[in-house]
Amino acid sequence: MTDEEIRRELRRKTRRSFLTGGVAAAAGWAGYRWLTSARSDNALPWPQRRVLDFNGKLSHSYLSDSGLMPTYSASEVGYLKPNGAIGLDDSDEWSLHVAPGDGIPGIELTLADVQALPRVEMITRFCCIEGWSVVAHWTGARFSDFTRKYLPPNAAVPPYVYMATPEEDYYVGLDRKSALHPQTLLAYEQNGRPLTAEHGAPLRLVIPVKYGIKSIKKIGVIRYTAQKPGDYWAEEGYDWFAGL
Amino acid sequence: MEIKLKHFRAIRWFHWINFPLLALMIWSGLMIYWAYPVYGIGPIRFFPDWFYSALHLDQRLADGMALHFVLMWLFVLNGIAYVAYTFLSGEWRFLVPRTAKTFRDAWHVFLHDLRIKKELPPQGKYNAAQQVAYSAIILMGVGSVITGFAIYKPAQLTWLAALCGGYTMARLLHFLLTIGYVLFFVIHVVQVTLAGWNNFRAMVSGYEVVNRRD
Repeated sequence: MTDEEIRRELRRKTRRSFLTGGVAAAAGWAGYRWLTSARSDNALPWPQRRVLDFNGKLSHSYLSDSGLMPTYSASEVGYLKPNGAIGLDDSDEWSLHVAPGDGIPGIELTLADVQALPRVEMITRFCCIEGWSVVAHWTGARFSDFTRKYLPPNAAVPPYVYMATPEEDYYVGLDRKSALHPQTLLAYEQNGRPLTAEHGAPLRLVIPVKYGIKSIKKIGVIRYTAQKPGDYWAEEGYDWFAGL
Repeated sequence: MEIKLKHFRAIRWFHWINFPLLALMIWSGLMIYWAYPVYGIGPIRFFPDWFYSALHLDQRLADGMALHFVLMWLFVLNGIAYVAYTFLSGEWRFLVPRTAKTFRDAWHVFLHDLRIKKELPPQGKYNAAQQVAYSAIILMGVGSVITGFAIYKPAQLTWLAALCGGYTMARLLHFLLTIGYVLFFVIHVVQVTLAGWNNFRAMVSGYEVVNRRD
């Protein structure tokens, strides 16, 4: 081949490659547009919501009671910023309403009922979805002990748990496995003292295997349910599972 | 002159797919980082407020997390495919530094590119500095995936978080690696520009022109 023929051949190859590249780039752009502007499912384009739910299922299958968040010593405890105040009304009257299952009549409990369960102290990292984390010291009852005590004997635990503030302004949905994880506490003390109002007095959830958004303050309602419950922040576009 | 295949089709696809994917990982990563932007050197903050607002990266934590945890799969799959292909095709022989001499030569290339040294060490398909850089960027990718999963699932992957020096350290490393990509990108683009059209064209069409020695 002469140099001219070689140049022509190369130009042809180059043209073809740029064309392919252009088509691929356009396809990639279209795919990205679709991924970011498809119909919304709880404030997220549905393809992204699907993947987040898939990620949640995958992490859920991997989650086990033996996978524990590291624990720390009392000297490592830091200052926990009281981030959310949704649903923290001033009302002093408080009781805990527990619905053991869909359609099963609920019961009202007092703080003493929760405190009668085995007392557990735990110093774990509290991870906020914003990215910060701090070591925090909690005392409370294991939610698994609570469940064993207040669910009808021999009844299977429904797959989901819903918890809400007394007026249901703030609410979280939990999968059974995470809820029954040994480090999931119904906490009534922080740093050895009763919870302050801004940290969710008199009773809050502490679930170290999830982001802090799931550690709901001032729990007024607990419902065991077969339906995947709504979740305040999931409806704002966050991951429903929000597991760590 | 003659034309010679320089980059396999698969390598070119992996390269060009990685580019927008990594860009979007950094983009969504910035939306996440915005919610807790704590790193800085002395008075220099990463990043000033105008940076986020100018790029519309503020108040988008949920968007950022969703996009990050969707695209991470594609980023990881493309990376695995690239590494696997490099090994299966034997291309790794041109890329992976195998002797201490490569690192010495890489230093000489570096000095040459800064116009401090005149001569270049002899080179194969890639020069020693390229070998070090292109291998390092793959290790950095592995590092980002490891530290990323350590931040993503510190409860279920406790051992991974521990391996990274804990949850907080993993986040810092993840951030530093990202800064590393940006620096790599800047140098890479400058070098490709300096190397010229024949070199760039080879990453698009696969072919380069070599002058035949008759």
